[in-house]
Amino acid sequence: MSLREGVAAPERPVVLAVAGALALLLVAPLAWLAPPLLGLGERALSLLVADSTLSILVNSVGLVAAVTAGTVLVGVPLAVLTVQTDLPFRRFWTVVAALPLVVPSYIGAFAFTTAFGPRGVLADLLAPLGVERLPTVYGFPGAILVLVLYTYPYVFLTTRAALLSLDPSLVEAARTLDCSRREAFRRITLPRILPGITAGALLAGLYTLADFGTPNFMRVPVFTQMIYAEISSPGGRGYAAVLSLQLLAVTAVFLYLEHRVGADDEGAYESSAGRGDALAFTLGKWKPVALGFAGLVAALALVVPVAILFHLLFSDPTGYANFGPTFTLEPVWNTLSVSLAAAALATVIALPVAYLSAVGDSPLAALIERATYVGYAVPGIVLGFAVIIMLNDVDALGFLYGTAPVLVFAYVVRFVPQSVGTVRSSLLQVDSGLTEAARTLGRTPSQAFRAVVLPLIAPGVAAGAALVFLTSMKELPATLLLRPIGFETLVTYIWVVREAGRYGQAAVPALVLVAVSTLSMAVILSQEGADG
Amino acid sequence: MGSGNPGPGVGDRNADAADADLAAAVSGPRRDPPGEPVLELERVERRFGAETAVDGLSLTVHEGELLTLLGPSGCGKTTTLRLLAGLDEPDAGEIRVRGDAVAGDGFVPPEERNVGLVFQDFALFPHLNVAENIAFGVEENEAERVDELLELVGLEAQRDAAPGELSGGQQQRVALARSLAPEPDVLLLDEPFSNLDVSLRVAMREEVRRILKETGVTAVSVTHDQEEALSISDRVAVMNEGDIEQVGRPEGVFEHPESRFVADFLGQAGFLSGTFSGGSVETPLGTFPVSMLQGLSGEYDGAEIDVLVRPDDLRATPAESDDARGDGRIVSRQYTGPAFVYGVELDDGNTVHCEHNHAAEFELDQRVRVDLVADHSLAWYPGRQ
Repeated sequence: MSLREGVAAPERPVVLAVAGALALLLVAPLAWLAPPLLGLGERALSLLVADSTLSILVNSVGLVAAVTAGTVLVGVPLAVLTVQTDLPFRRFWTVVAALPLVVPSYIGAFAFTTAFGPRGVLADLLAPLGVERLPTVYGFPGAILVLVLYTYPYVFLTTRAALLSLDPSLVEAARTLDCSRREAFRRITLPRILPGITAGALLAGLYTLADFGTPNFMRVPVFTQMIYAEISSPGGRGYAAVLSLQLLAVTAVFLYLEHRVGADDEGAYESSAGRGDALAFTLGKWKPVALGFAGLVAALALVVPVAILFHLLFSDPTGYANFGPTFTLEPVWNTLSVSLAAAALATVIALPVAYLSAVGDSPLAALIERATYVGYAVPGIVLGFAVIIMLNDVDALGFLYGTAPVLVFAYVVRFVPQSVGTVRSSLLQVDSGLTEAARTLGRTPSQAFRAVVLPLIAPGVAAGAALVFLTSMKELPATLLLRPIGFETLVTYIWVVREAGRYGQAAVPALVLVAVSTLSMAVILSQEGADG
Repeated sequence: MGSGNPGPGVGDRNADAADADLAAAVSGPRRDPPGEPVLELERVERRFGAETAVDGLSLTVHEGELLTLLGPSGCGKTTTLRLLAGLDEPDAGEIRVRGDAVAGDGFVPPEERNVGLVFQDFALFPHLNVAENIAFGVEENEAERVDELLELVGLEAQRDAAPGELSGGQQQRVALARSLAPEPDVLLLDEPFSNLDVSLRVAMREEVRRILKETGVTAVSVTHDQEEALSISDRVAVMNEGDIEQVGRPEGVFEHPESRFVADFLGQAGFLSGTFSGGSVETPLGTFPVSMLQGLSGEYDGAEIDVLVRPDDLRATPAESDDARGDGRIVSRQYTGPAFVYGVELDDGNTVHCEHNHAAEFELDQRVRVDLVADHSLAWYPGRQ
């Protein structure tokens, strides 16, 4: 028995009440999906199983299935290459392979559609050579390509973690039992990392399901697109609610599966404490092939889109080089102000919730923490839609419609889990013995929290705030639905000028967002370093 | 509570008279008279669900003494320590510090108890340097007190170091200094040496004892390591299943364990079954005069008893060939470096251990004679059957 057992800090009623109220506030908007549904009456049921609805379901599930398969094909080999082989510059490739995770896929979709679409960069380049028609980038193939390129890192990272936590003596044991390297990989390594691969694939599937920008740019009729279309059309809210509900149901299935994978093999893909990076394979003559593969993925996901954006910047007729400085800094300030506000608010909310979930063991504490994760599970388009109905239906809140605070609120609902997660894990890393030591040295619980816990979790709190700030900057669907009239952020600016066909004008905000994404990765990596 | 006070473990003996005799023998010549009681526990109980971790434990710790709670893991010693520190609350019973109730009759939180605790893994604040850690609990004359303690633990040179830069032994000194800084009435130490390299432990034991004695603080430590408990403590309290089996000076507890549990826990105990009759005891190893056995008197005539024998009480010699007079056969052989310890299964089925200083003399299965060579009186227990 050790002194660590037992709870160092009490689960105090005040904290419980505050955290509970905040969680309720975050979940509340979703309740407003109900009124439009109820308004439909019996039609709701027939709409639910209508042919058009089913075809949307098939499209969505099909896209998810194809993307998920693609992420496994790209993510697993990259993970094995960077963990278990003598690939040159492994550290470099690890960061590069993870980087697309933080780049919003619509940036890629935007770049690819402008380059490969009709009248695109590539068409212009190839026209003099007599190539008149390019295979179309629109539709499923393009959407699948782009989504795989920006979601495979989920699989890459979870597989990598699983490989790292794998005890190499298991493989060594298999070798002494007369397995070849290849056989040991198939019979020992693969079964052990399967939960990690599955978890990553499910996360990629979740992203795909909720993604709005890529299917929109690629013109793929999936849930998010049809919900958006119905919201904008008069009288379409009932059907939008039906589709939202269906999307939430499919999402719930994914979340359930992900939860099961995590519960079945807890820690199998979370820990990085193992010595799993012991070299298992030497590449030999396959080295150029491996390098080529890693390089190709990085080129498609990062280099090509950035190159296209720079090309647009300088040579598109609407680009700045040719068009003069029509780009004002206003969208930048707008973006910064709402994202900063969201980060601050999310941090304030995350502290009591994370504290409660780290020290408390009551079902209520767990429920509150779970509740704050709802925003994580709800696609942005559905959340934006629910908030609109809420503001519409509740007269007292009507004045908030189309204001910046509502936008901030939506960001907080969507991204507060990032803050709760980092704060919680920092809190869990603070040995409860430290608080107890402070108490035996004459500090009350709240004094001990301020003197010992707060300084120790400060980096985690800051990292959580930074993540909320950086992801809020990139949010598309809720921003699109909830922004005040005439209030453009970097993201909606891209959206607007793209719709107007002025691709060149979108280059600067898109490049800024790529830079922002790189910053997110730096924050995540610094957190990992702190954890290690 | 004096060292001769019958602990609950004595209950399995069948005569109180023997306890009284034993008590006199165990306490031996008293050292200094005990100081004022600083810490008193009275019938303290702590339950976790269906499990009772501390079961009606009573104990008094006197001014300036170092008492060690010794017991196997799960015996409730760490829970007892947490109850003393105020990090946990008893379900029943009372705890008093300098006569004032801190638990049982109202609950005093840890920060108001004036009880210090040295944590098993030291729990140094990683964001504070050595001096800041030590100053954490000091309320006045901070700088002065910190200097004093740094000198006491010999870490003047490390005052600005971060805890992570220190060796295990240095970290322990800081932890000790930090908990001594507020001048606690009682200092608690949780498995103080378990986080140190084996090679460092012995040196740190002496060092910690020196520091504690220099400050004159009343201390309670907790350990499962009997060697550590016996070597640093003024008194040892052996715990089993949530209660104290026996408390007393280390040598008294070791030489005269009041129960089989204590005997087993403190060393490689073996038992000789014997019959007491007519002023002597018959055992498989021969007949001994009653004076060899502690506190055995005439009223037990005819009783079956078990006599405690430790490895250094016995000596084995090879049985001559074809000699049926051997006492048993060698069943185990353990080389400890300085000595060999042989396990001998006696012909009546009991196994005893014999310690030999020389190189291996016996093979497994070899028949041997076993002689009692103890130069002190032996403890005994009523026969098991």
